[in-house]
Amino acid sequence: MQLWLIPILPFAGFLINGIFGRRFSKSMVNVFAIGSVVLAFAWVLKTILGLGDLNTPYTEHYFTWIQSGTFNVGADFTVDRLTAIMLMVVTGIGSLIHIYSIGYMAHEHGPNYGGYYRFFAYLNLFMFFMLTLVLASNYLLLFVGWEGVGLCSYLLVGFYFDKQFATNAGNKAFIVNRVGDFGFSLAMFYIVKQFGSLDFGTVFHQAAGASQSTLTLIGFLLLVGACGKSAQIPLYTWLPDAMAGPTPVSALIHAATMVTAGVYMCSRSWPIYVHAPDAMNWIAIIGVATAFFAATIGMAQNDIKKVFAYSTISQLGYMFLGVGCGAFSAGVFHLMTHAFFKALLFLGAGSVIHALSGEQDMRNMGGLRTKIPWTFATMMCAAVAIAGVPPFSGFFSKDAILVAANHHAPWMFWLGVITAGMTAFYVFRAMFMTFFGAYRGHHHPHESPAIMTVPLVILALLSLGGGFIAVPTFLGSFFPTVEAPEDFVLVAISVAAGLLGILMAYVMYVAKPGMADSVAGSLGDLYKFVYNKWYVDELYDATIVQPLVKGSRTVLWKGADVGLIDGLVNGTGWAAKQVGGLLRLLQSGNIRSYATWVLFGGVLVIVAMSVAGGIR
Amino acid sequence: MNLLLLTLIVPLAGFLIALLIPRSSSGGSRMWALISSLATFVISLGLVAGFDRSLTGNQSTIDVPWIASPDIHFSIGVDGIILWLVMLSTFLTPICVLVSWNSIEQRAKEFYAFLLLLEFGLIGVFIAQDLFLFYVFWELCLVPMYFLIGIWGHGRRIYAAVKFFLYTMAGSVLMLVAIIYLYNKTQTFSYNAILEMLASGRLTFNPEEGMLLFLAFFVAFAIKVPLFPLHTWLPDAHVEAPTAGSIMLASVMLKMGTFGILHYCLPMFPSAARQSAPWIATLAIIGIVYGALVAMVQPNMKKLVAYSSVSHLGFVVLGTFSFTQMGLDGAVYQMLNHGITTGALFAIVGLLYERRHSLEIKDYGGVATLAPWLSAMFLITTLASIGLPVLNNFVGEFLVLQGTALANYTWAVWAALGVILSACYMLWMYQRVFYGETNEHMRHHMLDLKPREWAAIIPLIAMMVWMGVYSQSFLPPVGKATARVLEQTQVNVPFRVDLKPAQSGSHTEVARAH
Repeated sequence: MQLWLIPILPFAGFLINGIFGRRFSKSMVNVFAIGSVVLAFAWVLKTILGLGDLNTPYTEHYFTWIQSGTFNVGADFTVDRLTAIMLMVVTGIGSLIHIYSIGYMAHEHGPNYGGYYRFFAYLNLFMFFMLTLVLASNYLLLFVGWEGVGLCSYLLVGFYFDKQFATNAGNKAFIVNRVGDFGFSLAMFYIVKQFGSLDFGTVFHQAAGASQSTLTLIGFLLLVGACGKSAQIPLYTWLPDAMAGPTPVSALIHAATMVTAGVYMCSRSWPIYVHAPDAMNWIAIIGVATAFFAATIGMAQNDIKKVFAYSTISQLGYMFLGVGCGAFSAGVFHLMTHAFFKALLFLGAGSVIHALSGEQDMRNMGGLRTKIPWTFATMMCAAVAIAGVPPFSGFFSKDAILVAANHHAPWMFWLGVITAGMTAFYVFRAMFMTFFGAYRGHHHPHESPAIMTVPLVILALLSLGGGFIAVPTFLGSFFPTVEAPEDFVLVAISVAAGLLGILMAYVMYVAKPGMADSVAGSLGDLYKFVYNKWYVDELYDATIVQPLVKGSRTVLWKGADVGLIDGLVNGTGWAAKQVGGLLRLLQSGNIRSYATWVLFGGVLVIVAMSVAGGIR
Repeated sequence: MNLLLLTLIVPLAGFLIALLIPRSSSGGSRMWALISSLATFVISLGLVAGFDRSLTGNQSTIDVPWIASPDIHFSIGVDGIILWLVMLSTFLTPICVLVSWNSIEQRAKEFYAFLLLLEFGLIGVFIAQDLFLFYVFWELCLVPMYFLIGIWGHGRRIYAAVKFFLYTMAGSVLMLVAIIYLYNKTQTFSYNAILEMLASGRLTFNPEEGMLLFLAFFVAFAIKVPLFPLHTWLPDAHVEAPTAGSIMLASVMLKMGTFGILHYCLPMFPSAARQSAPWIATLAIIGIVYGALVAMVQPNMKKLVAYSSVSHLGFVVLGTFSFTQMGLDGAVYQMLNHGITTGALFAIVGLLYERRHSLEIKDYGGVATLAPWLSAMFLITTLASIGLPVLNNFVGEFLVLQGTALANYTWAVWAALGVILSACYMLWMYQRVFYGETNEHMRHHMLDLKPREWAAIIPLIAMMVWMGVYSQSFLPPVGKATARVLEQTQVNVPFRVDLKPAQSGSHTEVARAH
């Protein structure tokens, strides 16, 4: 089926635009950038249709990548049902966001560096790595995509590289992800130590017979990796900062695709996790804790992109909760619906920012629903979807996760329900602050061009109707199923929580506009604490970053290296000089005294050698 | 004609002819250096083409008596490890000529002559199969490098050159004593003869003797690597050396140390090597983490890269002392990778220096706006250096860490910290040098790459990609050679270590060490 074409097409786009893009016109850049991704999407469709029901995985082997002794890793791609869904989401949403970017980036023409071609080159490179990630049929090749998307994230977050906050955010994204990758690498080393291979097929086949402690350790280490990539506690801090990148990047990389890689990887590794209940339980705990924690912060943010960033962290927490409860298909289902509505929210936010010439603070917005009606209408579709209003897409997937959570541990269900309420609140708070009331800014808002609104409309339709795509059924035979019966009461509770959240947002931001401030005021320090994101960044800086940098400078470099070791070396040099001064006295010029010394030295050498047991 | 001999002799001839070129014609000197180094490279390509990958052991061997008494031979040969180290030397020398093209104005004749002499010495070190011949080449390498730093270096060049010389001499004197001792015991300098005696049991060392000999060799090599805490000559030497000196020093000369450990210490003194593995691995891991942490806070680009070398070379030593196939393969691959990547780092830092006349990070900023291609090339090199997959270092680091994990999982955990830290120091430097806003001074001087500079950088970048994507072009011969080394480390080991991933092996080892 020529699976390699799928990632190679965007890679070709990257090479062409990366090398020649500076001389191209914008439409020329578009042809290669958008063309390559749309072709990849077409090839995905053809492949999936051509492969039939995909009950057995389809694999293609290209070449041996690394071989040492009996160990070898191949450049192999596999398509199975899970991959099929990921391929559709990545290339489908990816194509839409690429098209949208034509409009969004239209004003991008830096004087010294043509930002336009660079943007699309990076975006194409991202598609290449993301597709490699989902097509890989062994852990190491997955890791190639995994690190590669991290690189593209770094490049695109720091896209405006003359701004220090942007490059700081890029570094932070890369380095925090490296901490996660540390866990991922250690997991791979342990897998090879135990199973002698990194091929999914071989590893999963042997996992069934492995000891629980082995699988638990591997499961935990993989979870560390997933926490980095999918921005879960404690490694989530890079994602809010990553909003420094252009908004389509936030939609594609930091909402719809890359950040879901952790969920994908954990789901992919289900044969390991099902035999490691402790590790699974921790996935669920981290997921639900992150979902709750990020939602609290999301409620207090004023930057429209920051709200959606914390929302993404929170929703990824839901996916982890699903996976951790054994509801793998629900987790992947939510991954897909979230890709629809969160991409839409971000692209919509981009359209708002575009309309206001760069304004991101919601306190300077308001009343935009008449001025940019398409943006408003489409974002509303996403808002009802994420709030879990039936029968829109988010309702189905979130419901599936919460039912499984209740089966796993009821407290997780309740925390999830509270989070659902907060989710509805912060999303509608953002909607109301942006689109309702009176306009509080100074710009002249204008609706975005069709090249931007058409992708919004398509995503809106997917957000509304995406719940009817039968992902759980499709994946039913792929994953082990959870015996969690549908419970109407549970569904009603979570829907009610969502509606309550919407209602509260309406009261506080539309019905009684002054109420939000007074509530914030009455909460006092608690509000400040949440507004400042629980001071986690400051905590990490004070406990890890600063000690490491200062310790390295004063203790290791100035102290150990220059002071101690070099001091000793130079001291030896000085001593040698002094001794040399003494030895100079031996240089009497007297041949006979030289002869004596030579003899003496020779005897010494022989003695030394016989003591060492040498001369036979 | 034996291509190996030709590969060795052409740089020597190049050196001799370079001496004849009139001092006034500095253009002639550099052109000659370029031609002769390129010729050497082409010949060495023939060596690779003719290398039979199905064979283990040495190929293209020559063994002729040189001095009758003591019995010293001119004995050379290549195996799958040596082959690539020779290639690394011949590949990098023309690049060094290209990056020195305009920056060396004073005494160009001597500069290029020394460069060719250095190439001759380095190739000799790798291919020598006679201990005495090896030692001659080993010492020979010191001389041109000493002058490259001492004459064409920066401000504190004399201090750096003397420090480099004394440090290395201190180690090699010990090695000389050990070589003479071995000769007294075996009546031969032949490397292969000694290994055969060991294999057949005709030569044995008692434990203390073996350990002392091992240490004498090891310390000489460890200084060269450099292994923590013997590394403090390196940052000074790098900072003061001219660009070409830094490239040859980091990319090839440091490999003399790691190669020596792999080629001499392990096969000749296997039991001492295995006994020492725990503390050597500990030093290597300290070096990995320590080098990275110290690199992070360096205000000078070359010093930063120098400390990063301490960190990267720690991986090589760690992989070697894992005594696993993957660890050894990774160690060798990492030698080559470090040569390519660090060579490119120093080359581009040199290009920056030519433009801005500073090595201090704080003097830069916004280079990416002014010189986008130069910045892109440096970014790719940076990414290779921090072990991004599809670029070369990843393959090496993975194999080293995986091999280490098979031998001792805890070691791998500690060493993997270095991978996190490498991203910190490299990206932080990249941000401060290439990103941000530009200033007036930079705008006037920061030009993008010129054709000659492209010619120097592109081959390096191409190798990073090739070695990262298709390691099968390089690894199979390495694997054959390292398998042989591993087999030799089984010889003469009183406690045979079980290489199956059972716990008993490492326990015995630790127990013996105490």
